[in-house]
Amino acid sequence: MASTPSNGNPPAPAHPDGSPGARLAQDIVIENAGGDAVGAQAIAPDHAARAAPSPRPVPEVARPASISTPGSTPGSTPGSTIDALREIEQFLYRQSELLDGKLWQDYIDLFTDDGVYWMPVTPEQTEWEGSPSIFAEDKHMMEVRMGRVTHPTAWSQAPMWTTSHVLGNVVIEAEAPGEWRVRSRFHMMELRRDTVRHFGGTYRHTLVRQAGQLKIKLQRVDMFNAQAPYDYVLQVWV
Amino acid sequence: MNVRQLVDPDRVHRTVYTDQQIFDRELTQIFERVWVYCGHQSQVPQPGDYQALAIGRQPMFMVRGKDGQIHVLHNRCPHRGVQLVGNQKGNVGGALVCSYHAWSFQLDGKFRSTPLPHGYDGTRVGPGNPDCSVKPAARVDSYRGFVFASLSPTGPSLLDFLGEARVAFDDMCDRSPVGEVEVVPICHRVIQHSNWKFFMENQLDALHPSVTHQSTGVAAGRIEKKIKEETGQAPLYYHYLSAFASKFEQWDAVQTINFPRGHGILKAYMGLRPQDPDTRAHEAMLVEAYGAEKTEEYLSRGIHHVLVYPYLSVQSPLQQLRCLRPISPNKTLSEIWHFRLKGAPEAIYRRSLWYYNLVNSPATMVNADDLENWTKGQWGLESEGGDWVSFHRDHGGDSEQNGVIYSNHGTSEAVMRNQFRAWVQYMADTP
Repeated sequence: MASTPSNGNPPAPAHPDGSPGARLAQDIVIENAGGDAVGAQAIAPDHAARAAPSPRPVPEVARPASISTPGSTPGSTPGSTIDALREIEQFLYRQSELLDGKLWQDYIDLFTDDGVYWMPVTPEQTEWEGSPSIFAEDKHMMEVRMGRVTHPTAWSQAPMWTTSHVLGNVVIEAEAPGEWRVRSRFHMMELRRDTVRHFGGTYRHTLVRQAGQLKIKLQRVDMFNAQAPYDYVLQVWV
Repeated sequence: MNVRQLVDPDRVHRTVYTDQQIFDRELTQIFERVWVYCGHQSQVPQPGDYQALAIGRQPMFMVRGKDGQIHVLHNRCPHRGVQLVGNQKGNVGGALVCSYHAWSFQLDGKFRSTPLPHGYDGTRVGPGNPDCSVKPAARVDSYRGFVFASLSPTGPSLLDFLGEARVAFDDMCDRSPVGEVEVVPICHRVIQHSNWKFFMENQLDALHPSVTHQSTGVAAGRIEKKIKEETGQAPLYYHYLSAFASKFEQWDAVQTINFPRGHGILKAYMGLRPQDPDTRAHEAMLVEAYGAEKTEEYLSRGIHHVLVYPYLSVQSPLQQLRCLRPISPNKTLSEIWHFRLKGAPEAIYRRSLWYYNLVNSPATMVNADDLENWTKGQWGLESEGGDWVSFHRDHGGDSEQNGVIYSNHGTSEAVMRNQFRAWVQYMADTP
């Protein structure tokens, strides 16, 4: 690394000698030491941890396992499509409830360890890595986002906001043993301060069964208004 | 309007952020006179390709002519005023044809024909009358492939306007072994509910990151640490985020350089020269293209952001830029673009793409909190809870040489003071 990490308080940079190159030749690089007291945290007690808002209760959803008829595990027997569809629908409804309930960890737990949440910018995109995206998050990055919005100084979280998802048009696009590709459509309303915004589009889930449970390997979200200007931003997963 | 009464060297009156008349004057005196960024030449590669844009309040478009030249024209048919291009981008074919009565124009905007031309016999309509051609921007120029236009026939040249801030484009292009970038044809557009100046001040404000972005920096730092413990190394993009939560003292150690016309630079802090194989391969390509000495000169430029006042923020080491389009005193559109270094390894693009996605997308984990601050800031300044905005930090503590102001502390509000120095000059000037 062509730079000197600055620990503590290095002196102000030496004075430029006048040439444009020399002006920019500065080696200071900020490295986050990962310490406890950084930035605003250092100003006690103003930014001492406050209680994170408690998540709202999620209405009970019958667990898919209790719905599936024994012996009709989706994909495992001929003629099981209706059972599979029903189980998948219940799974997707639960996903909506977790998002609306701000139960972020439970939502992240729906994903496989190598699961990905992806919102491309255009419907033509096919790879979650390597092209511009609105969201392109593996599980680690989802944890960063959760950590951020639940942090006591996540200022953008101070204004009241809440969402309501409606999900429908669930179609199994492709089916293989233990794996399903599912298309559905969603409509999300978001209330933030006094303003309601609407978002809509298509989900494409790649679902797999792990230890008897459906898990998300890929959740692709195509916003129908992805290329329109965003009036403010999206805080969390849609 | 006496704008000088609104700006002291160390403070400004709140109305410069809120007043409609001042905003209108800004558009007339600044945005519709200075060189405004229109786009990159690679956005319109073929003759007839166009990209719509706005210069101040004026709907414009840039279009590639048959001779390869790029023209910037008012999006208005000289016949009855109808806009000539109807989409954000596209191709008009060999000529511009109005959708209303089929007046048509060459790709440089010059009058071409109308249906039933004898209907204009004996009138002032015809190729000889400039009023019958599409009105062009008064001046069009480009620097290293970045196209600018000015609606004012007089004033500094593009190079003079950019001054030393032109290093933004050099720093971007010099990282390509062929000295060129090309646009990634996606534009993120985000609306902020605040005056455009909030954005410009914020970009070089080194005190705010560890306050505003603490939540993201801390959360990313935690996962970065966890991944490092598990695998020995965390991807660089965690550092993009965790660096935001650095100590105040560290931020204070960076420097801002503040140029005439309000431009400025926040010097590097992110350590974007790791010694991984991708970086080494990239640097080897540059050495082959430019030699070791030039390469070192190019890569040791310590730049985080370069501001081209009053509307552009260029993050050259990561090949992205944000361009502001003011809509009203409390509403601003930002257009966010990313570029590829021509001829550089794909991995270098992908690395910078993480920053584009994490920081500059509409699901940004960083700007979300900036935008929230600026919304609240706008409301505060619209209130009668006080009249002045303070820019006192390190006032009197900066160094000035030949009109360039160097902060001796990264957190100095020299940035804002310098921007308002330019603002007063623009606003007080009579056109």
